[in-house]
Amino acid sequence: MGAGRFDLDPGAMERLLEEAREHRGESLWQDARRRLRRNRPAWYALLFLSVFALTSFLAPLLPLRSPVLSDLDHALEAPSLDGGDSTWLAHLGEAPEEKDIERAYWQLSGLDHALLRARRGLFGTWQTGTWLGTDHLGRDLLSRIVWGSRTSILVALAATLCSLMIGVFYGSLSALLGGRLDNLMMRIVDILYSVPFIFVVIFLITLIGDHRETLEQQYGLDREKVFYLVIGAVYWLTMARVVRGQVLSLKRSEFVEAARVMGAGTLHILVRHIVPNVLSVVIVYLTLTIPAVMLFEAFLSFLGLGVEPPKVSWGLIAVDGTSAINPLAIHWWVVLFPALAMGSTLLALNVLGDGMRDALDPKMRGKD
Amino acid sequence: MWFAITLTVVMGVSFFLMKNVKGGPFDSERALEPAIEANLNARYHLDWPLWRQFLHYTGPLNLDEKGWFGEGELAGSQPLGGVLTGDFGPSFRYRDFTVNDIIGQSLPISALLGTVAMMWALALGVSTGIASALRRGSGVDLALRLAATGGIALPNFVIAGFLIIAFVFLVPLLPVAGWGSLREMLLPGFCLGLVYAAYISRLTRTGMLEVLSQDHIRTAYAKGLAPRTVVMRHALKGGLLPVVSYLGPATAGILTGSLVIERLFFIPGLGLHFVNSASNRDYTLAMGVTILYTVLVYTLNTVVDLAYTLLDPRIDLAEEA
Amino acid sequence: MAALSPESVRQGLAVGLLGLVLAGAVRLASGARLEPADLVFNNGTEVQTLDPASVTGVPEGRVVRALFEGLVVKHPRTLEPLPGMAERWELSEDGRTWTFWIRDGAEWTNGDPVTAEDFVYSFRRFLHPSTAAYYAYQLWYVRGARAYTRLPDELFYANSASGCWLSRTEDGFIRIGAQEYALAALADDAVLELDAVTGRLAAGAGELTLPAGSSLGALRPGPASGRRAAALRGAPYEATGDGEQGSWLAETAAPVSEAAWQELLDSGALLDGPAFRTQVVEPELLGIRSPAPGVLEIELNAPTPFFIDLMGFYPTFPVNRRCLEEAQARWPDRWEIEWVRPENIVTNGPFRIAERRVNDRIRLVKNETYWDADSVALGSIDVLAIEQDSTMLNMYLTGGCDVIDRVNTNVVQELMGREDFQPTAYLGTYFYRVNVTKAPYDDPRVRRALALVIPRREICEQVMKMGQQPCFSLSPPGIGAYLPPTMREGDLEEARRLLNEAGFPGGEGFPPIEIHYNTSEAHASIAQVIALAWQDALGIRTKLRNEEWKVYLDTQFNLRYDVSRSAWIGDYGDPNTFVDLMVTGGENNKTGWGDPEYDRLVAAAAVELDAEARLELLRQAEALLMEALPILPIYSYVTQNVVAPRLGGFEPNVLDEHFPKFWYWMDDAELAARRSAQPAEWRQVAPHGPAEGLYSPAQQRARAEAR
Repeated sequence: MGAGRFDLDPGAMERLLEEAREHRGESLWQDARRRLRRNRPAWYALLFLSVFALTSFLAPLLPLRSPVLSDLDHALEAPSLDGGDSTWLAHLGEAPEEKDIERAYWQLSGLDHALLRARRGLFGTWQTGTWLGTDHLGRDLLSRIVWGSRTSILVALAATLCSLMIGVFYGSLSALLGGRLDNLMMRIVDILYSVPFIFVVIFLITLIGDHRETLEQQYGLDREKVFYLVIGAVYWLTMARVVRGQVLSLKRSEFVEAARVMGAGTLHILVRHIVPNVLSVVIVYLTLTIPAVMLFEAFLSFLGLGVEPPKVSWGLIAVDGTSAINPLAIHWWVVLFPALAMGSTLLALNVLGDGMRDALDPKMRGKD
Repeated sequence: MWFAITLTVVMGVSFFLMKNVKGGPFDSERALEPAIEANLNARYHLDWPLWRQFLHYTGPLNLDEKGWFGEGELAGSQPLGGVLTGDFGPSFRYRDFTVNDIIGQSLPISALLGTVAMMWALALGVSTGIASALRRGSGVDLALRLAATGGIALPNFVIAGFLIIAFVFLVPLLPVAGWGSLREMLLPGFCLGLVYAAYISRLTRTGMLEVLSQDHIRTAYAKGLAPRTVVMRHALKGGLLPVVSYLGPATAGILTGSLVIERLFFIPGLGLHFVNSASNRDYTLAMGVTILYTVLVYTLNTVVDLAYTLLDPRIDLAEEA
Repeated sequence: MAALSPESVRQGLAVGLLGLVLAGAVRLASGARLEPADLVFNNGTEVQTLDPASVTGVPEGRVVRALFEGLVVKHPRTLEPLPGMAERWELSEDGRTWTFWIRDGAEWTNGDPVTAEDFVYSFRRFLHPSTAAYYAYQLWYVRGARAYTRLPDELFYANSASGCWLSRTEDGFIRIGAQEYALAALADDAVLELDAVTGRLAAGAGELTLPAGSSLGALRPGPASGRRAAALRGAPYEATGDGEQGSWLAETAAPVSEAAWQELLDSGALLDGPAFRTQVVEPELLGIRSPAPGVLEIELNAPTPFFIDLMGFYPTFPVNRRCLEEAQARWPDRWEIEWVRPENIVTNGPFRIAERRVNDRIRLVKNETYWDADSVALGSIDVLAIEQDSTMLNMYLTGGCDVIDRVNTNVVQELMGREDFQPTAYLGTYFYRVNVTKAPYDDPRVRRALALVIPRREICEQVMKMGQQPCFSLSPPGIGAYLPPTMREGDLEEARRLLNEAGFPGGEGFPPIEIHYNTSEAHASIAQVIALAWQDALGIRTKLRNEEWKVYLDTQFNLRYDVSRSAWIGDYGDPNTFVDLMVTGGENNKTGWGDPEYDRLVAAAAVELDAEARLELLRQAEALLMEALPILPIYSYVTQNVVAPRLGGFEPNVLDEHFPKFWYWMDDAELAARRSAQPAEWRQVAPHGPAEGLYSPAQQRARAEAR
């Protein structure tokens, strides 16, 4: 801590620092991108994920069958490559109202309704065939996987962001405060680490289920949002540790010392100087947390604590599929396709995460 | 000291969290007659204020001279000592067992399964990790890394499902579920270890890459030592550091079992209780497994810290303390 | 810490790990030691307890029935009472006293004979508050039983002759009450009078005298609710009390000092007979006794035709007094857990317990000292605790298990038509409760409209798929001679019209209905189907709300729902087990609905001696219910057992109760004969079990003779 003092006037110092930081930042990101591009698997993973995210986002626009409406006459049909038919929501007539559409889906946002209308314009009532087969209620697997990806991706992103916010704030605060407070705050993290977190999640989910009406009416939080928050609230611990470590090393760096000397407050330093520099670590960690959260969502679905039907998520589809495994009739498609979708996405995320880490790791700079 | 604080906080948090959730251990589809419900609550002291239940349960203050089961002509009259004396009390859900009985029966099972899983995870993870690091950037590296990532890209119930289809139905080699013989351990052990193997492989690779770029390794190579010797004698020790620090929490997790694996393969292990005790509102059992987990995490982390000193001479434990 | 040398750490670590592995290996080895059992069945979950008095559910029942035997056993198919521990029984003229003669030669596994005293002890223990038995209310038909089960929160000073009592609460109020049997003796509109001048409380059957002009001061009325209100009148107070609950009738308006209370007790004038100081009620007041060795007499509050069925219901099975008392002496602090351990428990049923591992299995072996051991075929049975549906089915299909008790709906279509999966009617209904305390559900027209458009057939055929039947009443069809009254038929037009009349034309202005259910795929699917139907047919918006089991129960109990998924499985083969649910203020009513006429009919049925007239009363009550529709019936249950084809003696019945005592393995010849008798379209599957069969000694003799 006893670093030297600088005898520059504050303004000049500030300018210098700005310049320095921007320079460093730019080169860091540019360098990272260059190296990420050279990392073939990671780059492909990124492309794959982009396409996937786009598909998932545009799901209402695609000519898919309804993921919810069951058709028991066609339950558990094997994948077939028929050309599709023109019966999509045909029973709703020419100009279905929003609530009619929601019958075949669930409560949708305004944007999704717009997309669905656009789809009607584009494809009319044409819908795909059951290319990936149907599940035990005759619902189209392809559609369920695509729509399910929306929920899963949303859960993963929201929960990860939530953990990010808590983690970054807590971790950097701890590091900046330093000394005894730092020690205490990290001890609290240690303590929370040793609570079996499945346990906490179950209780939080049920506890929040009790107060759902209050939450919904007063804070506009429906069950799903609460669900994200709960998962986020579990995953922030590691984030806090990682961030603290990074901030501690940054804190000793010259430019932060300088800002401090110039009388900047703790909060100012935190927001203006530290957070942007912690970002690289955080991004790497994010790409690795998202798959973990997705797996966790699947696990909660296995326990029956996940997303509520009629909404679908990958976890739910996977649980549905595995519960149908028996030697009498092996409906391989209900297990294989959801697994493929989930597996390839998580694989891509992990590969990307590794790639990002390599790309952003300062020790690796200039190598490769 | 920190251990005591941790334990107290964990107990307190879990206890009050649990008690604040709706529903009690005796709720069932048929609502109880009020008189009978009152009897049950009195018998297990659920009619006491929370602080009193907590103190009674943890044991610093023995608040009930009549024992767990209250008074009455058929009831006992000796107090139990609470958690402080290592007594976790009777289970609410498994009413014929004490929590100690349940842990005593299921922990060894989970531990055995966990050990098997961990050993194979270590063997697979470390070897692929090293291979991957040594051939960095090659096709082998890529394939191994993809495989390792694959291990954490699917929920374990899906992996278990595939394995059951493959090794039980298509090629009937192994029993579908159960516990009691070596053959019954293979599938669950494999599934349980897979995730850990994937992580270990990644950590080993990262650790090895780091070490291999260090000066003393370069020196060793420069001295003309065989690559094999360099890796095994010099690099491995440092390269495994990240794995070792991961092993602490991982071992605690694996020893306390995995709910999914135990449920799918019908293994009477401890993992089931982490979730079931919570959904059954089996307060004592839930507290028991929580405390056990905390103690395990703490112990294993301490062991890991010590192991660190063995592997890395630069870290001095005394200094940190 | 720093003092630890690396070496010792390494050793410690090694020793610790080795210890764990060894412990596990020992457990594994001990697991391998068990010989395969003659039969393995899956119980669906770990049983809560083996103590018959404390058991609650179907899985516990399966094991308890194998281990213990009550006064009667049930016929495996018709469920009629057959002699069990009681060789014969008799009902008195007035239908209120049952006399049982205990079988000679029935033994406990510790060699003790089973006596009438065992039953007196067991029933008392079952009812005693410190046992806290869930099912204690099933014996509340016995005189004095309900009050006996009450929590000992007060000291009672009772008068055995009059059935009246006095108590002083913790905060000093004095309460006056009467035992329910004293009240039961009264006519419905009887008046209990406390003469303010003489202090005599006149109560039909008995009387209690308070000191004239005593220091009690003014009295205020006791809790006024329940089926039978007994009025307590007299200047300067007027009160009603809930006699059935065994509650107090009146209470002093102000606390009474300790001294005044003592004075009251000491004054000889207080009670007109010998006074008892008691926690709750003296056991002597309980209508259970053994007037002579081998004879058990049970006196009821009112004639209860199905009481004999209750004696075959597993919570009423006896326990061995010596076993419990020895456990109490040896482990004063945890005898409740110790006595049920396999090495300690003493039982009297066809099987005894050999080994028990939590969440794994219970090993039952044949009890050679059982009175009817001659007709028990199986030497050993494993009872598994598999919870995962897919796992249990796979265990069955790979031969690891011979009977499973449920299947997941998404494999039903593969199983239907197999000879080992033949669902039969089961005494249970699936229905939705409606919260009638909340607008607009307080309007019967709304409830009827909702009930009319539920697509029951679609739910049965497309969601449940096992042959469940659409149901239009609370009690399912199939309870003996009882034909449940169904809700009036109606069509979509009527439903729309009713909704219109209720002020919601086309669903306009109707607040969104929240369908509340506990987390489960089947419940979710059904809720979705019904939600769609309500939306389509009535234009009402619906929301789904799924809650974790215990939270769901809490929500339902406290009426914080609109419409809530429910089900009820009958405890015994009598419509009372269903109709009794919906009485005003009943714990399992959970809808807020109540109708005095309904309560009156149910109460009248409880004391009706003539079986035909009794069923008619219940029918009238249920007809009222189906007119008011606080519940929307959906379907009636079917059993879901998958049973190895070779297993004999496993009879389908409406309570889905099965009796391992009668189970045996058929040999190939018998199996072939049975298969030729079954419909030809049933698909034959692997039969499990030994090809040469496994028969009881009695069966073997009969077969030898036949040959």
